[in-house]
Amino acid sequence: MGSDTTLFEADLAGLDALELVAQAELGRWRHIWSLTWPKLAAAAVALAVWQLVVASHWRPSYLLPGPGTVFRELGHQAATGTFWRAISITMRRALVGYSLAVVIGSAIGVAVATVKPLRVAIGSLITGLQTMPSIAWFPLAILLFQLRESAILFVVVLGAAPSVANGLLAGVDHVPPVLVRSGRVMGAKGLALYRHVVLPASLPAFVSGLKQGWAFAWRSLMAGELLVIVAHRPSIGTRLQFARENTDAPAVVALMIVILVIGIVVDGVFSRADSAMRHRRGLVDRAA
Amino acid sequence: MTLLEDHPVQLSSTAVAVDGVSKVFGRGPSAVLALDRLWVDVAVGEFVCLVGSSGCGKSTLLSLVAGLDRPTAGSVEVGDRRVALLFQESALFPWLTAAGNIELPLQLRGVGKAERRQRAEELLERVHLGGLGARRPHELSGGMRQRVALARALAQEADVLLMDEPFGALDAMTRDLLHDELEEIWQNSGLTVLFVTHNVRESVRLADRVVLLTSRPGRVAASFIIDIPRPRRIESAEVAGPAALITDRLREEVRRHGI
Repeated sequence: MGSDTTLFEADLAGLDALELVAQAELGRWRHIWSLTWPKLAAAAVALAVWQLVVASHWRPSYLLPGPGTVFRELGHQAATGTFWRAISITMRRALVGYSLAVVIGSAIGVAVATVKPLRVAIGSLITGLQTMPSIAWFPLAILLFQLRESAILFVVVLGAAPSVANGLLAGVDHVPPVLVRSGRVMGAKGLALYRHVVLPASLPAFVSGLKQGWAFAWRSLMAGELLVIVAHRPSIGTRLQFARENTDAPAVVALMIVILVIGIVVDGVFSRADSAMRHRRGLVDRAA
Repeated sequence: MTLLEDHPVQLSSTAVAVDGVSKVFGRGPSAVLALDRLWVDVAVGEFVCLVGSSGCGKSTLLSLVAGLDRPTAGSVEVGDRRVALLFQESALFPWLTAAGNIELPLQLRGVGKAERRQRAEELLERVHLGGLGARRPHELSGGMRQRVALARALAQEADVLLMDEPFGALDAMTRDLLHDELEEIWQNSGLTVLFVTHNVRESVRLADRVVLLTSRPGRVAASFIIDIPRPRRIESAEVAGPAALITDRLREEVRRHGI
């Protein structure tokens, strides 16, 4: 038996060595470059098209300024304190509103996922709320809260929370039953089953919900800042509105670029978190 | 090999007692009788294989023994024994490393972090996967995943190990090596094993006793005591003989449904 065992161990070791996948990594810089150059190229093409449209004099240049004018304006703005104060107020609103939406959305998601009657009652309502344009909430929000911060926050939360709840709900629904059975056999019940099995298993869909929730929160916030102008509280939306009223086209476009860039940066953070998680779980095709 | 018709004699110390268990899924005219008055006793330390074709309710029976489901009639007794269940797909948690998967049942029982880590490393060694604890399930081969799942089941310190076609999806060489591995662990641990398979040779290779089930509804058709000395080889004539006999009985059983 002794020699049999060692033979068996040797066989097993050999098979294991053959089966372990070599983890070839693309060089770090090459990887970063392969992700960067297409973006730079796209930006260059966009700028060129923009410049061409301006050069065609389709609209007078005081209404449609070229990239040069806009970036000079952006530089002037960035040199002022109010510009940064506006960004910080906007970002604070985004952060507070989004955090509230995540907490409320998650709580609703868990409640609806676990309580069956609740799901029948409001499951489709959540999806309905998700499709409702957030700007439609503003008349009511302004009646309820007047032109104050809370009116904006109210709409940001209403815009983002359904996506968060729906993401969590979708995640819980798609947990493979075998994982739940596996957890139950291990002795995980009730809250422990949720904490150790159901929630981690639903994380990919939850992150998608979070990402979508952020997109809705950001849109709602921008709509809100255009409509609800709170005195002595400069914000990106307020500045955009003032720039339009002054027919200051370079400032309008410059601020739009700021909004776009913030959106892209935050989305990039979510995408990175999402792809890191998918890689860890083996949900990414190696060849891709 | 001894052929026992009907259910076997009452054994002195029974680990799993399935007494006249019936299981019905659904209600009314569409109800399906999955198990029909099934009697199976598994002695402490015994290795029993359940063999049957599709629709014999093998997986249903394991769910009942694992306590994941309740029988419609009859009773399943495991006493105060701890039961672990292994699935065909390893059912490892993809968000945890191999070691993390093995630690989870320990964590659920309140074992401290340092001890958990040490136990996981020991169990990985035991299934010959020492040093691979940091790997994620998707970075391991199918056979390795099943060994991690086995280590995770051992971490539950179960007395009874239920296995639901655990090697069904593996290639032949890996499967043969895992037979050796499972046998070694079983012999050194005093575990009671209830192993479901549709592979008759596999059952003869592993079991002390093979229980043949009928299909739709599942009922015990025959029991075979396999007294071939261990270690056994799946390719050997001693295994092939009884396997042919059991396969004939199984075919007979399947044929009934075609008429």
